[in-house]
Amino acid sequence: MIQKLNLHLLVAASFLLGLGSTLRAETLSLKEVAPGIFVHQGIHEVPDIKNHGEIANIGFVIGERCVAVIDSGGSPDQGQQLRNAIEQRTRRPICYVINTHVHPDHIYGNKSFHHEGVRFVGHYKLAQAMALRAPYYSEMAQRELGIALSNDHFVPPDLPVQGTLDLDLGGRTLKLTAHPTAHTDNDLSVFDTQTRTLWLADLLFMGHLPVIDGSLLGWLQEIERLRHIEASQVIPGHGPVTADWPLALTGEENYLLSLAQEIRIALKSNKTIEQAMNEVGQKNRPDWQLFDAFHKRNVATAFAELEWEDESPKTIPGDTP
Amino acid sequence: MKFFSLIRSIALAALGALALTQAAWAEGEDESAWNGSIKSKFFGEQAILEDKDTIEITAPYRAEDPALVPIQVTSKFPQSQDHFIRNITVIIDNNPVPFSASFDFTPESGKADIATRMRFNAYTHVRAIALTNDGKLHMAKAFVKASGGCSAPIGTDAEAAMARMGKMKFKFDSDKATMGQPNAIQLLISHPNITGMQMDQISRIVQPAHYVTEAKVTFDGKLILGVRGDIAISADPNFRFFFTPTHAGELKAEIKDNLGNQFSASQAVSP
Repeated sequence: MIQKLNLHLLVAASFLLGLGSTLRAETLSLKEVAPGIFVHQGIHEVPDIKNHGEIANIGFVIGERCVAVIDSGGSPDQGQQLRNAIEQRTRRPICYVINTHVHPDHIYGNKSFHHEGVRFVGHYKLAQAMALRAPYYSEMAQRELGIALSNDHFVPPDLPVQGTLDLDLGGRTLKLTAHPTAHTDNDLSVFDTQTRTLWLADLLFMGHLPVIDGSLLGWLQEIERLRHIEASQVIPGHGPVTADWPLALTGEENYLLSLAQEIRIALKSNKTIEQAMNEVGQKNRPDWQLFDAFHKRNVATAFAELEWEDESPKTIPGDTP
Repeated sequence: MKFFSLIRSIALAALGALALTQAAWAEGEDESAWNGSIKSKFFGEQAILEDKDTIEITAPYRAEDPALVPIQVTSKFPQSQDHFIRNITVIIDNNPVPFSASFDFTPESGKADIATRMRFNAYTHVRAIALTNDGKLHMAKAFVKASGGCSAPIGTDAEAAMARMGKMKFKFDSDKATMGQPNAIQLLISHPNITGMQMDQISRIVQPAHYVTEAKVTFDGKLILGVRGDIAISADPNFRFFFTPTHAGELKAEIKDNLGNQFSASQAVSP
């Protein structure tokens, strides 16, 4: 009975909140970081009922023929705002929506772009990840973001990327790369060949603590490959657009390396997962925002991965012989 | 303008109501699932003491990762022939399958402590109920804020977990066992432990449940720890417990899963 009442209140609350949110100002701050490349820089906050999960960097690239959206927003509202912003700037049609990975702050605006002629592009594992996570994500969105989602909000890619794929926007080509498991198992990066701008999304965190939802060792291996890309500037999933490349990787790499090294030591000295969660990596606290929100979770995930490290033969970055 | 402020105050009131309902959950006073059916289903009419002298349970109030929540049950006295804990059952009230695991101990266990990692699907109580050798039941409980652990995607390294399924290893705190004393050991089992709740919304295909149902640890044929597990046990099950060796011998782990697979591993123990 109590649960039922709670549910009713929740539904009522989220309905009203949804109604309230349509009254918010519908402008999205955007910066043109290179000719035709627009980025909205997110904020370093935990997704909640106030920010509606609108925290990630999102944006778009305008070609001579059409526009590619890169990450659609953290809420259906933000997706609509992004669409409005594009329509204010150009009369060229939107032809692609690129989702860099499955996390809610990057995909919840998808529905606003789901129209005839728009192709959705993602890592070949993205559709499966969306499908598996949709029920769990919808429940979290309801409870923690105050937004009601249906299955329509999770538009899976109809153009899956395995390896690499070139998208022609007319006069400019975007090179998409599907990465092996790193931040998640469905990370996709975008390289604009014309301006040599590299949109790494959540393969690069700056300021906001990196969040491991894939593989710590996989991510470290990927960082080794990424640093050789000759880019004039990079766009992280969280943090400022920067020309400081590949130096921009340093903070993230150091954090992940320290996790790997300290967890290996903890495992060797038979520390428990609880001890590791409390002790490992604490020295990194001053360097990051949202450390308390995600660090322990990172340790738990990485601990469970490294426990079986010796059973999964791979080359191990950062391992001191 | 008036309309807007009206909407705003309704929205604020709704927010307030929301905060209230969340607070009610957070206080963890919800005993309805337990009193409603779970208690009688597993323990009938038998009295359950909530004393502080038998066991305590440690769980994080806010789970960092709902698919990987560390749970520890600690006993308040050593196992002896005349005073020992026979069994500890772990129940997570608001999980789809509340029965999470059951652990059998013997006097040879040394100390009836158990630590493992579990999936939590809701804001819920987790309870440990200990059965002592005098037939009495003793309960300790904790409240955990977590959700989605059972339907949360299994680790992205599921393929790796599947490839090494059935691998097991024992870990000791030191190279040598201390005879006549409880020694801490860890049993690591590589198994994806799929809950059967990870549904593919597009194909509507549910990944069939595939999890460890039974684990038995013996020392020279004598039971040290018996585990019956269900879908709440996290992927790559990990159990930390004690045993008291009195001589050199062989520690053996045997596991079974719900699809009929069986695996075993042994390790020599020497003083």
